[in-house]
Amino acid sequence: MADILVYSEKADAALELVAKGREWAAELGLGLSAACLGAGAAEAASALAAHGADRIFVSDAAFDGLPADTVAAALAAAAAEAGATVVLIASTRRGKELGGRVAQKLGAGCVSDVNALTLEHGELVADRYAYGGATVAREVITTAVKVFAVMPKTFAVGDPVAGAGAVVPLPAPAASAVRVVGRRAKEGEAVDLTAAPRIVGVGRGFAARDDLRLGTELADALHAELACTKSLADFEWLPESRILGLSGAKTKPDLYLAVGVSGQIQHTVGVSSARLIAAVNTDKEAPIFALADYGIVGDLYAVVPALVAKLQSL
Amino acid sequence: MSLDIVVCVKTNPDAQMIRIKNREPVLEAIPYKVGDLEKNALEAALQLRDAAGGGTIRALTVVEGDRKIRETIKEALAMGADEAVIVADPALAGADQAGIAAALAAAVAKIGACDVLLFGEGSTDNYSGQVGARVAELLGWPQIGYAKKLALAGGGIEAERSMDEMIETLAAPLPVAVTVVSEINEPRPISLMNILKAGKKPVTEWTLADLGLDAVGAQKRIVSNLAEEQDRKHVLFAGAVDEQVDAFVNALVKEGVVGR
Repeated sequence: MADILVYSEKADAALELVAKGREWAAELGLGLSAACLGAGAAEAASALAAHGADRIFVSDAAFDGLPADTVAAALAAAAAEAGATVVLIASTRRGKELGGRVAQKLGAGCVSDVNALTLEHGELVADRYAYGGATVAREVITTAVKVFAVMPKTFAVGDPVAGAGAVVPLPAPAASAVRVVGRRAKEGEAVDLTAAPRIVGVGRGFAARDDLRLGTELADALHAELACTKSLADFEWLPESRILGLSGAKTKPDLYLAVGVSGQIQHTVGVSSARLIAAVNTDKEAPIFALADYGIVGDLYAVVPALVAKLQSL
Repeated sequence: MSLDIVVCVKTNPDAQMIRIKNREPVLEAIPYKVGDLEKNALEAALQLRDAAGGGTIRALTVVEGDRKIRETIKEALAMGADEAVIVADPALAGADQAGIAAALAAAVAKIGACDVLLFGEGSTDNYSGQVGARVAELLGWPQIGYAKKLALAGGGIEAERSMDEMIETLAAPLPVAVTVVSEINEPRPISLMNILKAGKKPVTEWTLADLGLDAVGAQKRIVSNLAEEQDRKHVLFAGAVDEQVDAFVNALVKEGVVGR
């Protein structure tokens, strides 16, 4: 019997894919397999079994650092064993590099950074941004085996189901030539922009790093999270974790207020699904206004202090 | 030591210049240029070669047609690559990542001299991030993705890489395939003098037949590729700053996104 095979090194992401995979497996008459690799594989396997995976391929062999070549080899072995026709991976950084490698092993087409995956007339159609976010490409994979790397949080985690999946041990693949020699935490505070109901975004309209306190004051007055364009993170004015857009967070806040942000597509792709977009910019031709519900054409250095005062008076 | 490096260079339509008309991207008359991440990869190659004390840097590109590729690839030569290798074949027109990877891997094998194979982590237009991994698999080489720092160490390479949750330092023997992120360096500016010199550097052109390859068909079908529909109000407030700010905040309050 053919299967849908799910894998992610991130437990939550694997559960999201299992929830959706179970739905499609039922609709398409397929089985649902999952793979768990490396340290903690056994516990991860029981969680996936409880959420409806029929078979869980487990290998707790040394996958230190989860090197792409070794993980791809193990996953390809699981796919062969399960007769997988669809492989669902979470599109984390690890997942993306794994996707290409495992697809190549399986002779499969692969779509990465998928932000919507839908079953239409029996075919899985994957949506992803193209041309730097200017368009959304809707793609169908035409090879017998299909690999999709899906953005985390695209699907919700489902409820546990009755019945237990079978654990199938996987033989350990050959060790990778890549060794982990060190690990350290990322600098900058952890912030989850995707969870913020309101976001104030700052861009190159700010002339100096110190001026960003205006943005912080505005964010505080709005009870909003502060975010930025990639350039401000490149200047090291704000940490990478605050980038919105193609190379950062993709969010759906109730309000996005862009201040001194021109509105390049690589940035706006991170907020284009906001319920309301507002903008303050000196240039009335700035692309951000084409995307804005409400806007003020004006100097942020005059407008922001007035905005903060007004908001505080509410 | 001598370190031979191949940098895979994709030439992309300049993303800043793509306009949308009736939800369709308008690509006519958009110039192609060497991708920003590929420039980071070229800069990394130049620094690694300097550290090694010698070696040849080749810029490798794959293209379906002419597309002024000899002009575009000069950018890589002007940055400091010693030679360019162009795989040009109309049969590549329908190829997606697997087809491009097959051509790149075959070209790397034919070049022979390659200790480090460098890529950008993704291309500025499509950003699939698959090609580096696919080429590494075809060559049977280890891969290191998302490198933000590269150094020679112990006869191999050591890379610091930026993952979602941590910074990881990896070591790999040569040959190795590496993809780089933009934080890795600031690509050097190109001087007029170097542009002139670039015209004299060797450029090799191969077809798929030269690489012993047949056309590789697409593995995907594009159902549609359109700009997202945006239904926005486009209200701009006029007047003095205080009037603008009052009207603006009142609108946000009315929308229920600020205030109690």
